[in-house]
Amino acid sequence: MASKGKQWFIRLDRELCKGCYLCESVCPLGLLSVSDRLNQKGYYPVHYKEQDKAVEEHQCKGCALCAIVCPEIAIEVYRV
Amino acid sequence: MSEKLLMRGTHAIAEAAVRSGCRFYFGYPITPQNELTEYMASALAGLEDGVFIQAESELAAINMVIGVSMTGKRVMTSSSSPGISLKQEGISYLAAQELPAVIINTMRGGPGLGNIAPSQGDYFQATRGGGHGDYRTIVLAPSSGQESADLTRMAFEYADHYRTPVLILGDGMIGQMMEPVVFPDPIDPGSLPPKPWVLDGAKGRSSRIIKSLILDPAAMEEHNWKLFRKYEMIERELPQAERFFTDDARLVAIAYGTASRIAKGAIKRVREMGLKVGLFRPKTLWPFPARELRELSSVVSDFLVFEMSTGQMLEDVKLALEGRRRTHFYGRPGGVISTPDEIAKVITNIYYRQGLETET
Amino acid sequence: MKRVFGRPKSMKDAAFHYCPGCGHSVIHRLIAEVIDELNIRDKVIGVPPAGCAVLAYDYFDVDMGEAPHGRGAAVATGIKRALPERIVFSYQGDGDIAAIGTAETIHAANRGECITVIFVNNGVYGMTGGQMAPTTIVGQVSTTTPGGRNTNRDGAPIDLSEMLAITNGSVYIERTAVNTPRNIVRTKRAIHKAFQVQMQGLGFSLVEILSACPTNWKRSPVQANEWIGSEMTKIFPLKVIKDTTAGDREALE
Repeated sequence: MASKGKQWFIRLDRELCKGCYLCESVCPLGLLSVSDRLNQKGYYPVHYKEQDKAVEEHQCKGCALCAIVCPEIAIEVYRV
Repeated sequence: MSEKLLMRGTHAIAEAAVRSGCRFYFGYPITPQNELTEYMASALAGLEDGVFIQAESELAAINMVIGVSMTGKRVMTSSSSPGISLKQEGISYLAAQELPAVIINTMRGGPGLGNIAPSQGDYFQATRGGGHGDYRTIVLAPSSGQESADLTRMAFEYADHYRTPVLILGDGMIGQMMEPVVFPDPIDPGSLPPKPWVLDGAKGRSSRIIKSLILDPAAMEEHNWKLFRKYEMIERELPQAERFFTDDARLVAIAYGTASRIAKGAIKRVREMGLKVGLFRPKTLWPFPARELRELSSVVSDFLVFEMSTGQMLEDVKLALEGRRRTHFYGRPGGVISTPDEIAKVITNIYYRQGLETET
Repeated sequence: MKRVFGRPKSMKDAAFHYCPGCGHSVIHRLIAEVIDELNIRDKVIGVPPAGCAVLAYDYFDVDMGEAPHGRGAAVATGIKRALPERIVFSYQGDGDIAAIGTAETIHAANRGECITVIFVNNGVYGMTGGQMAPTTIVGQVSTTTPGGRNTNRDGAPIDLSEMLAITNGSVYIERTAVNTPRNIVRTKRAIHKAFQVQMQGLGFSLVEILSACPTNWKRSPVQANEWIGSEMTKIFPLKVIKDTTAGDREALE
C-alpha cells in the first residue's frame, strides 16, 4: 500500500515507447513489464501493470526512477 | 564627411568598416593584410561595444562571424588567399543560412603558400563559390584607397539587404598603397533597422532556428531555387563597371583592381600616340557586368583582358561576349607587377596586328 | 492530483528521432529541465552539432543556430560576444568536440568564453554508422576498428576534459554519465551548475556526459548502460575535473 495519505501512479504513453526497457530494469517494485501488443512504431512497449486498477490500489511509490530513465519522456508521474 | 585622410588601403577598409557600424571583427595574422587586423584591434578596443578576437585560425574566425551574424549585428573578417581557402566552409554556411557578413581578401601569389606579392589568382575562388554547394558570393573589386572605403560601406549594405556574404577582393598593392580617402559620416550600429529573423533569446515570441540542413530533397530543392532567385535579383540590380575612354575606342582593355590602375596608365600613354583604346573596369566581379560589357561590344571589335593571373576573369569575359568579339589576353601571375609601359606595348602590338588603326 | 514528473516546458512536443535507449534523449530532457528551473527560456541560445543531435532544434524550444561540424565553440563564442547577457550553450558529440573541433574548443576554453559546452561522449560516431571516435576505448570494436581500437594504429582515447582543465579560462568541468538514475540526477546537477557558472559570468564551463549508443555498440539499452558503468568509467572516471568556483559556492548552490 502507499504511505499514509499519499498515493502515486504513472501514466505511460505506449505509442512513445521504443522498447528500451530501461524503466523496467529500474523499477524497485517490478510494476513494469513488456507488453505483447506492438505499438504503431513496431516496438513491444512497456506495460504498467497497475494501469487498470483503481488509484487507491496502486503500489507505485512515486520514486520516478522509471520516468527519470525513460529517454522518450513517455512516463509521467502523478501524486494524489 | 570626414576630412581627406592619407591612408593605406587596408586601413581604409578597416576604418570604413567601423564607420559602417561594424563592431565585431575576428581575424588571424597573414601577410599582406596584417595592418587591417591590427587597425581593427585598436579601433574596436577604443569602442565600448567593440569586440576584437585574434582567433586561433581563419577557420575559427569565420565561425565566430557566423555566430555574431546570427544575432543580427554587422561583422567582418579578413585574410589573404590561403586563409580565405580556410574560410570556404564557413562562407558556404553563411550563404546557405542567409546570413550577412563581410569578408576581405587581400590577394597574394598562389596557389599553395605562394608568396606575399600582389596577385589576382583568387578570382575563381571568389566568383565560382570556393565553398561547396549551389551558392554565389557578391564580390566587389576596389582599385584605389577611396574605392576600398566606399565598397566596404556598400558591402555591409548589400550583405544586410540581401542577407548574404559579401567578399571584397583586393590585392597586396591596393592594401599597402597610401592614398587620400574621404569617409562618409559614421553609422551608429544602434540606429540600424532591427532584423526580424535573428537569434537573441525567444522573449515574447516563439523560438527561431537558423540552419542549413534540409533533409527532404523536395524542400532542399525549394531552398536552392529560392537562393537562386535571390542571386538572379542581385544580378539584375547590382552589376557595376567603370568605362574609361571607351566612347571612341577600337580596343578596350578589361581589368580590375591593381591591374586596372596599370592599364589606365598604359591607356593614357597610347592615347598620346593616337591609339583609340579604352578600359572597361568591372567593380562587381560577381555579378559580373556582362550586360554592360555586351553593350560596349556592339561598337568595339577587340578586347584585351589583363589580369595578374593566368586568366580567370577571362572566362567571364568570354561568356559575356559569347564568342562574338576578338578576346586577347595578357597575364602576369606570381606577384609580378607590370609597368604601364609594358602594357602599353602589349596594347600597341595587338592594335596594329589587328589593323585597328585603319578602322573608321 | 499533481503531476510531479513530466515533459519540461522548454522541450517541444515532438517525439525524439533518437534510437531506443539513446543517451541524447535523456540529456536533452535534463537541459530543458534546467532551463525551466532557472527560468531562462527566453535568454537561452543553443548551438547544435553535426551528428545525431543535429536536429536538436526540433526538440529544444529556444533559439538555436546550427554550426558547421566541430565549430560549435567558435559559433557560440560569436553569439555570446554579441549578446553577453544571453545564456549560450554548445551541444557537441565526441567527434565534434575532440576531433574536428579540438582547436575551437580548446581556444574557447583558453579565452575563458562564458559559454557552456555539453559534451556527449558515446565513444563512437553515431550518425555516420559507428566509426571510431577520439574517445573509443582500446579494444572497442567499431566499423573502422573492426579488430578493436589499437594504440599502435589509432593512439589511445583522448582525455579532452582533462586537457581543457589545464586552460586558464576554464572554470568548471565535470564528467558524469546518464547510465543509471543516480547518475542522471548527478548529470542534471552538473548541467545546472554549469549554466549558473555562465550566468555568474565566471568563465568557461563544460559537462562531459558518458552516454549510451546501443545501436552502434550493438548492445541492448540495458546492456549498453551496464557497459558504461563497467568499462567506460574505467577510462573516463566520473568526477569533477575542475572547479575554481569554490569561493562562489554559496552563490551557486
